[in-house]
Amino acid sequence: MRFWEFANPTVFMRWTARALPPLWAGAGIALAVGLVWGFFFTPDDYRQGSTVKIIYIHVPAAMMAINIWIMMLAASLIWVVRRHHVSALAARAAAPVGITMTLIALITGAIWGQPMWGTAWAWDPRLTSFLVLFLFYLAYVALWAAIDNPDAAADLTAVLCLVGSVFAVLSRYAVLFWNQGLHQGASLSLDKEHNVADVFFWPLVVSIVGFVLLFLALLLTRTRTEIRARRLRALEIRARMEAA
Amino acid sequence: MPELGKYAAEVLSAYAATLVLLAAIVALTAWRARVVRRQLDMAEGRRRDG
Repeated sequence: MRFWEFANPTVFMRWTARALPPLWAGAGIALAVGLVWGFFFTPDDYRQGSTVKIIYIHVPAAMMAINIWIMMLAASLIWVVRRHHVSALAARAAAPVGITMTLIALITGAIWGQPMWGTAWAWDPRLTSFLVLFLFYLAYVALWAAIDNPDAAADLTAVLCLVGSVFAVLSRYAVLFWNQGLHQGASLSLDKEHNVADVFFWPLVVSIVGFVLLFLALLLTRTRTEIRARRLRALEIRARMEAA
Repeated sequence: MPELGKYAAEVLSAYAATLVLLAAIVALTAWRARVVRRQLDMAEGRRRDG
């Protein structure tokens, strides 16, 4: 099975119908295990106390917020280059999930920041670029909704996606670009000295897997809905033309 | 319930906000999928029936 065959809506619908039940089940299990493990069975941090438990939701949500935008960019570029409708619809389907993840990252970050930094918000490079990314997500959804012609909407949102990807990259690397601000560096690193302790690491990894699987399940479900909505629109237009 | 100490309100509110938002996006996705599927079935039924 070649990747490009998924550009055929019939093939996409057939394969995703099979993939979705195990994907939803895997997402539920991984999320439940990761969050229960992290919340109930990990110790407090010696400096951050019990607030360290917020890491199991904040870090996966922030990672997903950035990576979903990168996925939307890849899907948009496939649309621009190869004109596969399924890829444009997948980018559209991912955006509300990205909004949710960005909102979770911003809210949990603010809640975590208040006791640790003494403030819920600062115009720190990473926080600010994340807020701008959130606004780009809103603009992306608004642009899709504002344009009637779906192909024109896909073209214009692809351009917006390309511009917004600057802030997606900034959200991840702002801490490295500007050596200032409150936000610390990455929690997960290949360098063991910079990584979180093992006792926090494994439940965090399981939680991240849960968030990734949940995103994939939501993405495929929502893309299937977008494909059906497109077919419905085509049938309604044909019915109106036949009636006229 | 683990002992959360003086940060209990922060930890619990962070988890509550996350679970509410995740539940909302899942519910919204399932609801729209059902509505669109029903509308498409009806439209295809009308087309078949002529």
